[in-house]
Amino acid sequence: MSRLLPYPLLATSLLVMWILLNGLSAGHLVLGAIIGIAASWAMTALEPAKPRLRRWGLIPGLFVTVMADVLRSNIAVASIVLRGRRGQRTSGFVTIPLELRDPTGLAVLACIITSTPGTAWVEYRSGTGVLLLHVLDLADEQEWIDIIKGRYERPLMEIFE
Amino acid sequence: MSATILIWSITVAQLFLLAAMACAVARMVLGPRAQDRVLGFDALYVCAMLLLLTFGIRTGTTIYFEAALVISLLGFVSTVALAKFLMRGEVIE
Amino acid sequence: MTHAADLPAWAALPTAFFLLLGSGLTLLGAIGLLRFGSFYERVHAPTLGTTWGAGGILIASMICFTVLQSRPALHEILIAAFVIVTTPVSLMLLARAALYRDRTENNGGVPAFEAESEGTDGEASPKSSDQKQTKGQ
Repeated sequence: MSRLLPYPLLATSLLVMWILLNGLSAGHLVLGAIIGIAASWAMTALEPAKPRLRRWGLIPGLFVTVMADVLRSNIAVASIVLRGRRGQRTSGFVTIPLELRDPTGLAVLACIITSTPGTAWVEYRSGTGVLLLHVLDLADEQEWIDIIKGRYERPLMEIFE
Repeated sequence: MSATILIWSITVAQLFLLAAMACAVARMVLGPRAQDRVLGFDALYVCAMLLLLTFGIRTGTTIYFEAALVISLLGFVSTVALAKFLMRGEVIE
Repeated sequence: MTHAADLPAWAALPTAFFLLLGSGLTLLGAIGLLRFGSFYERVHAPTLGTTWGAGGILIASMICFTVLQSRPALHEILIAAFVIVTTPVSLMLLARAALYRDRTENNGGVPAFEAESEGTDGEASPKSSDQKQTKGQ
């Protein structure tokens, strides 16, 4: 099983993408399966670090949290744009010491932070585990540290470590 | 009645997206530095992709969808290449 | 444009709503891109268009095509997934490139890594040949 399908998630997502693009029929099902299996064989040559998911059950909850936060910060950033220069607003950099060390978890955290309007991931030092973040509306530095560590880092640590 | 609402909203959405593209182009022209221009380009291709999707809704054909997919793929690759270029001055290391 | 009449009212209204929501958010993001003062503030602006801006238009497209062809049109999920994955990557790379350039040129307002200083404005002293300069190495 694991020799035929070394990366089952990659193979299935490629198959789903092929079906979505070409429509569902028996021929496309076979062709998509062949492509998925061939691509996952090609991936073994690259030998990427295999992510280990410890707790699948937390993923939907995290997804819902992130979607709600993205919607909320969309509204916040839109109001900042509409207020223009009149509103008092300071933006700046925040440094956050992270405890998360798993590369996949860090990648997911980076995607979450950057795709949320108002926060942007700028730099991460893997030696010290310190993250440099840019925040558009920086009222309280400690508040942002608590948000990042409590809302995103802890569930990601539970999922990946 | 519903058709008029739909046509009008599509037109307004297309005008919004055109204005957004104009803003992105202005940022590309104004600069002031190379990374601002690349950022403007990034916003520009996303807006162009969304505009193509609204054309798809207007005409009811899926051809525009394929074009939008190609635009988003090429835009991503070129933005990454430009960012790499800004970082080191060479695209291929 | 003829097909729009075929769309029943219960589908046309959500389609119109999501279209206006998505394009409005994209426009606000682009205005922010134009108005904000420094590069690191401007990085935040396009995410407005790529999260719920793109999401709104894609949902509108999904509703429209699902009702018209009376089968679920899920193509749009592909674009949505693609945009969600790619935008953070390109913005992160751009921010890192900007940080790298500001540090090598010693522009003020950018934290050296451990420093706690808060700077908002990383505006460059006008250096016209900043691309050629790196190319000529």
